[in-house]
Parts: sequence; structure tokens; C-alpha cells
Amino acid sequence: MKPHISTKNLSVWYGEHHVLNNISIDIPDKKITVIIGPSGCGKTTLLKSFNRLIELQDGVKISGKVLLDGEDIYDPSCDITHLRKKMGLLFQKPQVLPMSIYENVAYGLRIHGTKDKEELDYSVEHYLKEASLWNEVKDRLNTSAWKLSIGQQQRLCLARGMAIEPEVILGDEPTAALDPISAERIEQRFLGLKNKYSIVLVTHILRQARRLADYVIFLYFGNLIEHGPAEAVFNHPKDPRTQAYIDGRFFEEHTS
Amino acid sequence: MAKKYFDKRNTEEAVFKCLMVLSIFIVAVSLISILATVLVKGIGALNIAMLTKTPEGGYYLGKTGGILNAILGSVILGVGATLMSLVISLPVVCYLNLYLKKNSRFALLVRFSLDVLWGVPSIVYGAFGFAAMLFLGLKASLLSGTVTVALLITPIMARSMDEIIRIIPFELKEAAYALGSTRLETAFKIIFKQAQPAILAATLVAFGRGIGDAACVLFTAGFTDSLPYSLFKPVATLPLAIFFQLGTPFPEVQKRGYAAALILTLLILTVSLSARFLSKRFTEHLLK
Repeated sequence: MKPHISTKNLSVWYGEHHVLNNISIDIPDKKITVIIGPSGCGKTTLLKSFNRLIELQDGVKISGKVLLDGEDIYDPSCDITHLRKKMGLLFQKPQVLPMSIYENVAYGLRIHGTKDKEELDYSVEHYLKEASLWNEVKDRLNTSAWKLSIGQQQRLCLARGMAIEPEVILGDEPTAALDPISAERIEQRFLGLKNKYSIVLVTHILRQARRLADYVIFLYFGNLIEHGPAEAVFNHPKDPRTQAYIDGRFFEEHTS
Repeated sequence: MAKKYFDKRNTEEAVFKCLMVLSIFIVAVSLISILATVLVKGIGALNIAMLTKTPEGGYYLGKTGGILNAILGSVILGVGATLMSLVISLPVVCYLNLYLKKNSRFALLVRFSLDVLWGVPSIVYGAFGFAAMLFLGLKASLLSGTVTVALLITPIMARSMDEIIRIIPFELKEAAYALGSTRLETAFKIIFKQAQPAILAATLVAFGRGIGDAACVLFTAGFTDSLPYSLFKPVATLPLAIFFQLGTPFPEVQKRGYAAALILTLLILTVSLSARFLSKRFTEHLLK
């Protein structure tokens, strides 16, 4: 198994708060990797360390390495806009841009240099279809993106993320704000897309993790407890804490 | 017991609501009485000549002619200063909100400085502008007046924009960065776009403040009966036209002062309303 993203002894602090402690994992290529664990255990931080979005936080300190295709993304020579172009990110709450549906998808293409109108038209249609949104919006591409339902907005964000032709799709609880039907459609898209992209999802819904995951990472208060193929982690967890979490009887003695 | 508790809360609610309505009433009455005073006292002297002619018989005592010199002067000076201030404010706001982290000490210092500058009385700006002019060997002129007014309104414009841009959700910035936008692209294509109504409002407030300020232009722009024709010559402005005319002992000239005030008020009102009207069509896609 060839890793797409690897972390080597990754530690992250927000000020004095030690959020991730010495994480070393490999994210497999063209698979769905799901990060699970109780709230506040560093799942989102780990995800955002992959495209260096955590650097936007105040007082963040990072040590260790994150490798994308073997190259250290925290190396000073790494071009951050180019790195982020390789990763599409879906947020918990879909965040559309203040522009039309068409422009939301075209935005990423434009900033990365596409100017040709036909090419833009083609890509917008293509990626809206990839996100299974095209049929619902094809007659109103010039209306505002925020007028879409929240489920549609999340699919628009997916289309927008894919339009910059990333290698990886990151999802930070991408279905958490959605109704069950919209969530189901997003899940279906992930399953359909996994042969084209490496997908990394954060979720706190265990059933969703079971449905989607090829590979599972279990974090517990900033520590990596267990990781491995989904089947192994879910059915034969090695660590008692993983077993407890999967059984839904989680001890939260660490929470203040 | 329960009833008593409930009564207390209801009374509280009623009393405070009353106070709020009273405050709003005071604000509304002030606005209406100011407008009414200017209108009643000025309308008699308002005629076409006021808008189309330059003063005849000197701006202190002249009872005929108009104040076209001051109208044009104020518009040019006000627009110039606003544009100048916009060119300074946008980069400041951009740097504060996109290039510095949220709890940056430097950002705190800049915001504090702008707040202090906002509080500096305009006559101090006027005096400072005058001192700077002497130092540079300049005379009272359109240029000096414009620069001084730009200094006066920049803190107002920059801080008003900053306050709104600060509360734009962090997630919007994150989403833009996640797509590989640079900071500059995020600022101009996303954040300023979303903040466009706020930027417009801040610009209009600053314009209104700048065009209406007398103390700032008193020493720096000077006054003249002729129409503005050079950046380096004195220029007439409406606030000074009002000031000089109201200062005369002649009721007819004082009336012309009120007419000038009416014109200034209408000018600001027109610019404000038309800008807001025009911007409506660009704000359709903004996130609500």
C-alpha cells in the first residue's frame, strides 16, 4: 500500500494546549480514510494540518513532518497555494462564496489560471455533475449560491473543491449539518469518487464511518490510539479504548 | 410568589422599553428639527442663481450671485479626499484582517492609533495641515485642503470598514484559502466583495464628514470667489460659505448661509441615496 499522505511525529500546540501528540500515520492512496474519536480529540486539527490551514490559527506551533507524495509540506520551499490546490476541503457547515452558483465553481479555476470561457463552462458543468448537483441547478447557474438549500450548498462546495483538480478530498464532518437525505447523497458521492481521489473524512458518526471507511484512524485526546484497515479496527480492535468507543460506551474522564 | 416574580420582570420590561422609545424619539426629533430649521430659514434665499453663479459683492457681504464656487469646490475637495482616504484605508484594513493574526499586538496598536486619531478634533487637523503647509512652503490651496481632509476622514473610514470586515466569518476566509487563494485574492475577490455594502457605507460616512467639515479647510483650503481651477490655488467650500455668511450682521446674507447649509445637506443626501441605490445591483450574491 502506497501512502499518499504521511505524518511523522506530528505534534501541534495551540498556545500551551497540546492538541496532537506525536502522530505518525500513513493515509492510503485512493481510499476513504476516516478519522474517528470523541469531540475535541484533535481530529479537525489533524485534517487541517494536511493543507496547512491550521497555520491561520493564533499561536499555533507545529513540530514533526507531514509528507504529501513523499515531500514535506512544511518545508519552506513548499508553495502553499499549490499545496492547497491539491486538496479539496469540505467544512462541517458548507461555506459558499458570495457569488453565483456558476462563479462558485469557476472561482478556483480562475485563480489558478483558467480564462477560456468554454473551458470554464465545460468544467462547471462537469464538476456540478460529479457532485450530483447539475440537474437541480442547471437552469439557475447565475442565481446566488446562498439561496440553495444547505444540502445543495454542501454539494456545491464539493463541486468547487473538485474543480481545482485536487488529489485529495478532505472532509471535516461534511454531513454533520445536513438532513439525512442530503447526507446520504454526499456519502454516495464519496463512495463514487474514491477511485479518483484519496479521501480523508472526520466524523463522529460511527455508523457513517463503518459505511464509508477503508481505513480508520482512532484519535483520543491528541494521541493516536489505533489505525488500520476498517475491517480490522471495527471488528478486532487491539486497544480496549477503541473497543469501548466502538461499543458506544465511552469514558470521558479527560473532559473538563 | 410566582406572580410577584413575574410582575417584577414585566415592569422591568415596560420601563426599559419606554426608555428605548424615548431615546429613539430624541434622535428622530433632533434630525427633523435640524432639517426643518435649515429648510425653513434657507428656502427663501434658495434660487437658481445660488446654484449657478459665483458670489457677487464679496462672500462676506454679497447679497446677490450664488455659491457655485463653494459647491464645486466642496464636491471636488470632498471626492478627492474620499478617494485619497479610500486608497489608504483599503490596504490598512486588508493588512489588519488578512495578513495579521487575530490577536496580533501590532494590529491592536494600529486599531488603537486609528481610534485616537478618530477622536482628534478637526481643528487640530486643520492646525496640523497648516503647520505642514508652512513647513513645505505651500499656500492655502485645493491640494492642501484635500490632503488635510483626507487625513481627517481616514481613521473614520478605515475603522468603520475594519469593524465590519472583522466580523465576517472566519470560515469564509478559510474556504478561500482552502481553494488555494493567496491573501490578496482572498481580500479582493472574497472579503471586500462580501463587505462591499460596509465599504460603501464607511466611504459615505467619511465623505459626509469630510465635505461638511469647516475647521479642517479654514486654514488649508482658504476661500475664493472664483471657481476652482488649479490644485495649487485656494478653493471655496460650502462649510466656510455657511460660516462666513452666517457671521455677517445682515439677515439677508444670513439667509443665504442657511440656503448654503440646505444645499450641503441635500448634496450629502443625494450622494448617499444614489450610491446605495446603485450598489443594490451588486449585492445580490452576498451571503446573508
